[in-house]
Amino acid sequence: MTGSPHRSPVSLSVNGRPYELDLDNRTTLLDALREHLALTGAKKGCDHGQCGSCTVLLDGRRVKSCLIFAVAAAGGSLVSIEGLADGTDLHPLQSCFVQHDAFQCGYCTPGQLCSAAGMLDEVRQGWPSLATEDLVAGPDGLTDSEIRERMSGNLCRCAAYPNIVSAIREASATGSRR
Amino acid sequence: MSAPTAAVGRAQPRLEGREKVTGTARYAVEHPADGLAYAWAVQASVAKARIVRVDDAVALAEPGVLAVLTYANAPRLAPVESRELLLLQQPRVHYRGEIVALVVAESLEAAREGALLVRVDYDTEPHSSVLTERHPSLYKPDKVNPNFPTDTCVGDFDAGYEAAEVRLDQTYRTPAYHNNPMEPHASTAHWWQGRLLVHDSSQGSGDVRDTLGRLFEVPAESVRVTAEHVGGGFGSKGSPRCTPVLAAMAARHVDRPVRLALTRQQIFGPIGYRTPVIQRVRLGADADGRLAAICHDAFSQTSTTTEFAEQTAVLTRALYAAPHRRTTHRLARLDVPTPSWMRAPGECPGSFALESAMDELAVACGIDPIELRIRNDTDRHPEDDLPFSSRNLVACLRDGARRFGWADRDPAPGVRRQGRWLFGTGVAGAAYPARSPVGSARAEARPDGTYQVGINATDIGTGARTALWQVATEALGVPGDRVRISIGDSDLPPAYVAGGSTGTAGWSWAVDKACRSLRRQLQEQYAGSVPPGGLSVFTDTAAEVAALEKVARYAFGAHFAQVRVDVDSGEVRVGRMLGVFATGRVVNPSTARSQLIGGMTMGLSMALHEEGLLDHRFGDWVNRDLATYHVSACADVERIEAYWVAEDDDRVNPLGIKGLGEIGIVGSAAAVANAVHHATGIRFRTLPIQLDKLLQHLPAG
Repeated sequence: MTGSPHRSPVSLSVNGRPYELDLDNRTTLLDALREHLALTGAKKGCDHGQCGSCTVLLDGRRVKSCLIFAVAAAGGSLVSIEGLADGTDLHPLQSCFVQHDAFQCGYCTPGQLCSAAGMLDEVRQGWPSLATEDLVAGPDGLTDSEIRERMSGNLCRCAAYPNIVSAIREASATGSRR
Repeated sequence: MSAPTAAVGRAQPRLEGREKVTGTARYAVEHPADGLAYAWAVQASVAKARIVRVDDAVALAEPGVLAVLTYANAPRLAPVESRELLLLQQPRVHYRGEIVALVVAESLEAAREGALLVRVDYDTEPHSSVLTERHPSLYKPDKVNPNFPTDTCVGDFDAGYEAAEVRLDQTYRTPAYHNNPMEPHASTAHWWQGRLLVHDSSQGSGDVRDTLGRLFEVPAESVRVTAEHVGGGFGSKGSPRCTPVLAAMAARHVDRPVRLALTRQQIFGPIGYRTPVIQRVRLGADADGRLAAICHDAFSQTSTTTEFAEQTAVLTRALYAAPHRRTTHRLARLDVPTPSWMRAPGECPGSFALESAMDELAVACGIDPIELRIRNDTDRHPEDDLPFSSRNLVACLRDGARRFGWADRDPAPGVRRQGRWLFGTGVAGAAYPARSPVGSARAEARPDGTYQVGINATDIGTGARTALWQVATEALGVPGDRVRISIGDSDLPPAYVAGGSTGTAGWSWAVDKACRSLRRQLQEQYAGSVPPGGLSVFTDTAAEVAALEKVARYAFGAHFAQVRVDVDSGEVRVGRMLGVFATGRVVNPSTARSQLIGGMTMGLSMALHEEGLLDHRFGDWVNRDLATYHVSACADVERIEAYWVAEDDDRVNPLGIKGLGEIGIVGSAAAVANAVHHATGIRFRTLPIQLDKLLQHLPAG
């Protein structure tokens, strides 16, 4: 079907590896990962941009992969949950999530982790949030209310929220070198 | 023997933790398969109708579409108890959103496009979809779930109530709630070499296997259903649902493996929900708050296809003493999807009404609400007249009061203001049955020194896999790294579904028995060593469960909430929730705490956020996604704590374990509502408590 007006070649870098895909134009970035690259870590919780389970890092920013057509991400560099660890060494967020029991069913977890990784970078860059007192000066450290606010785009029906907050708090302290 | 590292009672990270944080844990539609096809459901756009015509020609012409299944061509299904599962069999629509066609295609995109192109013509009929306490269809079911008497009566309620010094008569309303596990219902099915193989997002793959066997008229042994990882359920995956049936029908029709994942919007209805409930509670007490009479009348809805009788007032039969008491349940049969299980069915809505009423009674009597509950404690089940295996409601209330700092509480409502915020605190009691269903398990010693334990338990996020491994390790008396546990596969020894807070009790009992039996056989017959061919033991707990003494078995708990209400906006914030529970022996404190705070948070969500908004003109909910059906997010949960009191109960079952997956939501919404009353003086008897409803009653900012 290549050459069909309904399909497009799509180049993507995923977790440091280049892929050349031929995709239906209607394929979302999430479905490209799950159904074409067998990377099922990113989850489909709503397919609608409302739950955050599909969160991945696209060119360093956290995005909801269900809201992006794969063709629109062509040429992009993507990190999914499968690429967060350094080989067999878990990312500090990952090991803190396990230690703090920051998940139950685990379905929102890949999105929570990618979102947290992106969020910590946003804080490092001084981006304010609704919980930030001084929007011009930026966040004054990573308070629990900053974490809660910045992680509220990732729903967890098991409600591991307090453990997610404590896991991110610890990971941000121990993992700042990464 | 060296102490096992996985001792019961020690906090243990989840065994599958690494898989879940690296994205390698596989859920129902994530297993690789060759020649996959994708299915997409088409839902009815009317509430009650005869299907006149289905035009699938345009859909079938869409590139990639393989088939359109409708009542006209879908594989025939043999009858099963739940008529909800007899999908695509008749040209009838029983509720809006019922699945009336299934498109199967080479790709997700083509299946979805095809579903948009299927045209269904209906001959519609008038529908009735709104529950009221005077609905003409109201009837008395023969029993309520799972097998309780519909009505009960002890003493003479009417006389006792008339004679009471203080009388309370109030009606409480809760809307429809949608379970909304993060993984929408999904299945992969494949007919292969004479077997039907299904990966299902289910709380109990054994029941799914049996049901598929009956529907497709094949022996249960030729069906295998796995549920290795399940993205939550909260009851909505507790009995077989439409997804494995539809996936299997499609797979048979196209003779390929088929994935069917319902969308978030599609699951609002067809997979069940918690029924709206209207509850009238009457309490009669003396001036000291001692209850003389309790009456709890519950009205909920069922569908025209399958009866579902929420056991709303059953909690009231067990929680407080009173000589005169009555409980009743009535159902309205509506043109709606069949309601189903949702976390603490019965006890959850029932506790909102009863524990709100108890708070109102405390106010009416001028008694501290904790003291009121202590005064009405009982050492025998008030209706069954049985002793409790253990009853530590008072211990939970007292321990919670101490931890929460209740002692100095000023009972006056609406008087604690700081800036724009009014502050208040509330309390509620909780109880949930502690059942131990029969289970079976296999324990196998291998010549290499490892042990393999198998049971068809399901870990829907509860931590069951880890807890059972801890139990097995302790029973075998070997280091944990030599023990492997297998669950979530209908080929494993049968065990009860992950529901009713029964898992850790019932499954642990079966695992413990199999492991101890294996250990004993190894010692007695093989001098403690493993024979060259290994040794395997299969046991079940049927005889032991049947021989359990007749006592009342419950977990108890107490909830405390601190809220603040913005006088300008009406916004309610829950600054603190604290729960103390009596749940017997806790196997894994880490996952137990997670279960409890998860339940408490769902109660917070129920109190403030969740509401299925029905449009009677269409007979369907208008809020069908997570942007409009609100569930608590991270920012909604500020400080939440769960504790348990030491409880050594060897009468509940030999392991002393009570379940705790549901008691966290029992009473938690009432604690929040009671705290809102304490903060503002405004009593909410209808949930959720939202700012537009508060604002008109608040003092000017």
